[in-house]
Amino acid sequence: MDDIFGIPAPLLFGQLLLGLINGAFYAMLSLGLAVIFGLLNIVNMAHGAQFMMGAFAAWMLLAWGGIGYWWALLLAPIIVGITGVILEKLFISRLYKLDHLYGLLLTFGLALIIEGVFRNEFGSSGLPYRIPPELSGAWDLGFMFMPVYRGWVVVAALILCLTTWLVIEKTRLGAYLRAATENAALVQAFGVNVPRMVTLTYGAGVALAAVGGVLAAPIYSVNPQMGSNLIIVVFAVVVIGGMGSILGSILTGFALGIVEGLTKVFWPEASATVIFVIMAIVLLARPAGLFGRA
Amino acid sequence: MSMNRRGVLAAGAATALGGLPRARAQDGRVIRIGVMNDMSGPYRDAAGPGSVALTQQAVQDFGSRGFAVEVLQADHQNKPDLGASIARQWFDQGVDVVADLPTSSVALAVNQIAREKNKVHLNSGAATSDLTGPHCSPNTVHWTYDTYMLAKSTGAAIVKSGGTSWFFITADYAFGHALERDTGNFVRAQGGSVVGNARYPFPATTDFSAFLLQAQASGAKVLGLASASTDTVNAIKGAREFGLQRRMKIAALLMGLPDVKSLGLESGQGLLLTEPFYWDLNDRTRALTQRVQAKNQNRPSAMEPAGCYGMVFHYLKAVADLGVAAAKASGADVVARMKAMPTDDDAFGPGRIRADGRKIHPSYLFQVKAPGESRGPWDLYTLVATTPAEEAFRPLAEGNCPLVKT
Repeated sequence: MDDIFGIPAPLLFGQLLLGLINGAFYAMLSLGLAVIFGLLNIVNMAHGAQFMMGAFAAWMLLAWGGIGYWWALLLAPIIVGITGVILEKLFISRLYKLDHLYGLLLTFGLALIIEGVFRNEFGSSGLPYRIPPELSGAWDLGFMFMPVYRGWVVVAALILCLTTWLVIEKTRLGAYLRAATENAALVQAFGVNVPRMVTLTYGAGVALAAVGGVLAAPIYSVNPQMGSNLIIVVFAVVVIGGMGSILGSILTGFALGIVEGLTKVFWPEASATVIFVIMAIVLLARPAGLFGRA
Repeated sequence: MSMNRRGVLAAGAATALGGLPRARAQDGRVIRIGVMNDMSGPYRDAAGPGSVALTQQAVQDFGSRGFAVEVLQADHQNKPDLGASIARQWFDQGVDVVADLPTSSVALAVNQIAREKNKVHLNSGAATSDLTGPHCSPNTVHWTYDTYMLAKSTGAAIVKSGGTSWFFITADYAFGHALERDTGNFVRAQGGSVVGNARYPFPATTDFSAFLLQAQASGAKVLGLASASTDTVNAIKGAREFGLQRRMKIAALLMGLPDVKSLGLESGQGLLLTEPFYWDLNDRTRALTQRVQAKNQNRPSAMEPAGCYGMVFHYLKAVADLGVAAAKASGADVVARMKAMPTDDDAFGPGRIRADGRKIHPSYLFQVKAPGESRGPWDLYTLVATTPAEEAFRPLAEGNCPLVKT
């Protein structure tokens, strides 16, 4: 068996693959954040809480309504997206003319409230959610034992990321959205209802977080803190990729998942810090992020 | 994130503890017990509001013996610095006891302050056996469990059943280190070996697959989880997913009732775990569970709140015996009296407290039931073995506690 830097090669391949899987979650979450920031100029600190709401929505659909995973994958994002639309209408829409900090503080406060409510209602230790039978089991890849479900997560994340990127960069709707961020008044003059479009964009960004939550529910304990562990990493991913850059956040999400995975092999204690070290270096060298326009 | 996010609120939380309701003039007749634990993080379900409820139950069951008892609560958010500043503030404002204190790093920090100020530290929730070892204090009683007890019961049972080589996945702070160390010692003492470990950052780790893969590659027969609560649940879920149980046994060294509930019997069945308290253990524990149910969100108590019940009940007995004025004047005197008196409460039955502050009671090895065996939402364990009180904990002479004269 060959060794690479003292680590058996099969183990290293396995870790690369795992890094890719975790990167899929980072990519999905940072994508939603990038969409919201890029088009609304809001730093959505509630994104982790909305990810958690997606997982809880899946759990509720199953426990209270007997609705299984596949429908939850469709319904949970819609439900959570609607709560996002309500939040935008009630609160966030009042902040567009103010400094970024206000949006950050508002959504940060909302996140704390949402997490607190779920904690009071469901406790902190979490709820069980089963892997759907169609996706249970595992493939023996020789160098590692690969759960089918994790493979599905990567595929789903890639589809989602590519679709979102295509919609924003290549469709007429995407063109309106991008135009509205440049000059809302002018786009409105062409007869496009800009406030409604912005509201729906926030809802869509939130729905992306909720899809991530549903995908995570069978793997991790469904608990109120599940988003708060991820969100700070995801913010770092967005900053490294370049605030508001859709493609940047997708690529950076996957890449940093891999970097983190490798750190877990060579120096596990540092695995929570490595992403921030990279963030610091990137900010020094390229303040606008790897894919950002200065 | 939660750490940073909570950090912003830390100052606010500490100020909220401010003004105590009673007037200073009454201080002489009021015993104040501050329950400090994790009210908003991963340990909340094990030792959060439940510990407050069971402390209040202990006060109620103790009844009135010529002094009033006030129960306060605070959230230390698993941060030693925050826990220490709350403890200082409490002690300066006339709080006599800090109770519960899960999270070993916080417990060790507060332990020092209680000693400095000559108050009382009653610990139920923390795991580190160092509290009655090198860090033992004349002001501290460590009641419910510790890493040595868990290691001896669960660890030894698994080594005996053929699990001779171990790989540890360890929470990278005082608790995880102590649990890994104590279990490793047992494994080696019984002729087994520890082939490797991975220390994960606490509490910032959600995905354990990378560590699970390392464990698998190590060729060890046993995966030792020196972790707690949601971390343990996530690690076990991952281990099932990655097929570790085909070649490895899983030793969840610290696992409690809320964790098993969260994991579900489907994924949890067959796991071995150790606790000194289970609600369905005997008539006394069932009666206590019945009594406190309404206060405790209609769920049976985990071992940490049960420990709060036992130790606060015993503490109040010692205060009554010593006199309130003397008890308020010296925490060390109350603890000395607690050690001199035999203990007896509904949660743990009869027992005693050793010179090093260690409460002695039997420990129980449980097996998690299969879904078909469970007769109710909280019917989760089958009792497999009992370690008698005198053998359950580290022998007095081996702890290196300076209070123990050899």
